[in-house]
Amino acid sequence: MTSFYHETATVFGTHKNPILQWIFSIDHKRIALLYMGVMFTLFFLAIGAALTMRSELFFPGAQFLEPKTYNQLFTFHGVTMIFLFIVPGIPATLGNFVLPLQLGARDLSFPRLNLLSWWLYVLGVVTGLSSLVTGHGFADTGWTFYAPYSIRTDAHVLPTLSAAFILGLSSILTGLNFVVTIHRLRAPGMTFFKMPLFVWGLYATAWIQVLATPVVGITLLLVILERTLGVGIFDPTKGGDPILYEHLFWIYSHPAVYLMILPAFGIVSEVLPTFTRRTIFGYHSIAISSASIAGIGYLVWGHHMFASGMSDTARVIFSFLTFLVAIPTGVKIFDWVATLYKGSIVLATPMLWILGSIINFTIGGLTGVTLGALGADIHLHDTYFVVAHFHYTILGGTIFMFIGGLYYWYPKITGKLYDEALGRTAFGVMFIGFNTLWFPMFIAGYLGNPRRYFDYLPTFTPLHQIAGIGALLVAVGLFLVVYNFYRGLKDGREAGPNPWRATTLEWHIPSPPPLENFSKIPYVDFDPYEYENGEPAVQFDENFRRIR
Amino acid sequence: MQQEMAYDVQGTPHPVTDYHDDYGGEKFGFWIFLLTEAMLFGALFLLFAIYFYRHTDTFAEASGDLKVWLGGFNTVILLLSTYTMGLATLMMRRKNVRSSVLLVKITAATAALFLAIKGLEWGIEIHHGLYPGAGVLDALDKGKILFFGLYFVMTGLHGLHVIAGIALMVWVLLLIRSGGIRPEHTIVMKNVTLYWDFVHLVWIVLFPIFYMIGV
Repeated sequence: MTSFYHETATVFGTHKNPILQWIFSIDHKRIALLYMGVMFTLFFLAIGAALTMRSELFFPGAQFLEPKTYNQLFTFHGVTMIFLFIVPGIPATLGNFVLPLQLGARDLSFPRLNLLSWWLYVLGVVTGLSSLVTGHGFADTGWTFYAPYSIRTDAHVLPTLSAAFILGLSSILTGLNFVVTIHRLRAPGMTFFKMPLFVWGLYATAWIQVLATPVVGITLLLVILERTLGVGIFDPTKGGDPILYEHLFWIYSHPAVYLMILPAFGIVSEVLPTFTRRTIFGYHSIAISSASIAGIGYLVWGHHMFASGMSDTARVIFSFLTFLVAIPTGVKIFDWVATLYKGSIVLATPMLWILGSIINFTIGGLTGVTLGALGADIHLHDTYFVVAHFHYTILGGTIFMFIGGLYYWYPKITGKLYDEALGRTAFGVMFIGFNTLWFPMFIAGYLGNPRRYFDYLPTFTPLHQIAGIGALLVAVGLFLVVYNFYRGLKDGREAGPNPWRATTLEWHIPSPPPLENFSKIPYVDFDPYEYENGEPAVQFDENFRRIR
Repeated sequence: MQQEMAYDVQGTPHPVTDYHDDYGGEKFGFWIFLLTEAMLFGALFLLFAIYFYRHTDTFAEASGDLKVWLGGFNTVILLLSTYTMGLATLMMRRKNVRSSVLLVKITAATAALFLAIKGLEWGIEIHHGLYPGAGVLDALDKGKILFFGLYFVMTGLHGLHVIAGIALMVWVLLLIRSGGIRPEHTIVMKNVTLYWDFVHLVWIVLFPIFYMIGV
């Protein structure tokens, strides 16, 4: 069977050269893999920066880094992880690959626009990284580019800002493409409430991308104009107000954290029914909670600014809205736990990552509620507690879910199976390592250790050393994941179309899928996760006519 | 090409949307794009509103430094150009390709005229030292610095959209020549018309908040 690896459609007609066939391909599956390649390279660079910082922090006092270098390292880590990795992250890679398959579509609505998004992404990456080797070194502002420091610093902030702007454009176009695809290209019969929940996650995400990203785009553009032309809109010496920068920045960047987590929640809702062999509990409430997280999440940005000058009324409102957003998230967690109840649980590797991520995310989410409380936040603001909180949600949550999703769809993407035992070991190492790394930082933050300093008081030494050991374990765990994927590619067994006995449409076509996915489009008049006696309830014949 | 069908259990056919040629999808996608543009300008209007609230009198005073007649003339020009662009699409749908081409050309020419007048205005203001970063402006009241900062950013961004509009019209003309746009397939032209309406609408808001608050 010829798969999309053997033939492709490109934007400029046909090419002999296989590299040109890849970088000009308009096949959503190839574009997904293009994103994956660049994105994971950057991910490991940013991990490298994090490990460097962790080794600097192993003992108090200066070890081998200048304070300014440390500032540049955490900026590089933050900018790369946020703008280059986790924001485009799941939608651009797994989303791109799986969305049309789950909808029963042959591609996204605008395949050429999809390729353009990738090219813009690459342009953004090159622009961002160019400041590593030009000018006065990489930006040292932190990933938030707070004015007026970002206007004054002599570090090379312009390329980083421009990169974030270009990446925003790429992200908007992906979001637009996904919204239109989900509205227009669902297989006949598939209503919104018959869509798989991963699609719901991507749908909510896509709307955030479309609605919030332009705001940060224009804000960063204003900082660029401030640095080049001296416009003065955020510059207090010219009457500008830096607090307004913070508002506009977080109007995007808080929804952006939901943009990171919502598609990951979607992966959880895919993996759980498959490995419990039953339908998901509370399908509608999960779907609607995705949408309401996106909606309420748009209105909570002020909780990043409790310590930076806002009226008490505004603070109370933002605090209240922050508590409110925890409700749909809690609904999801309860639905997932209820799905496990009386299911036939299979502890396969993807399932382990997902279960681990639910535990991590619960800790991360609840500490988020702690931070949303006004009194607690004044004490904990800008400490390691905050850093631990978002690493629990993003690393322990999103990235665990992402890795779970990669394991889950690995057979579909490659057509091969990975080593199950090695997969479980990698999860164990990573789960223990992650908690060893970040749990002590809750305590350090609670005791008052501020974030973003290259040094700390000697009393915090044991906590930072435990975290250092955890970081090492995380690195080992990640290495094992990559090694496992590599080995599966080299000599994994053939996976077949449906190794997990899963129900959604992508498992009804060959692995890896052919170009244009479906020879005939199926008619979808059934719910996405139906099992009968532990087997998928719906089956198709070779013409995609339902036989069961 | 024949309409593709998906069959349910009873064998009833249901039409499948073809992503190569999906009129509704292309139109919907463009509306979403315009929504992102609205958010882009929306953030700037928000900034304007906040600073106007803080420096109401100075903003009104600074507004008097702009040439309201030039701005007003530009408003009329842009209004006319949206009319010709809309008419061009209508002519295309009525299979009157030649007048459609002529109308697109007229629209592009009026857009260029708009830019020329805008450039003239900027020239006058820059000549008087009323531009961001200029010593003259920085010595004035902070409200004035902000007013002219916002003025150049917002009209500049709008000007970029006008330039993009002209580029799109040239593209439309090329597509008409190559057959990419024809009376039975006008989606690109319709979307460009929508875009041009949006650019015009932004100006309709920019004109009063910059030129008329001082009158």
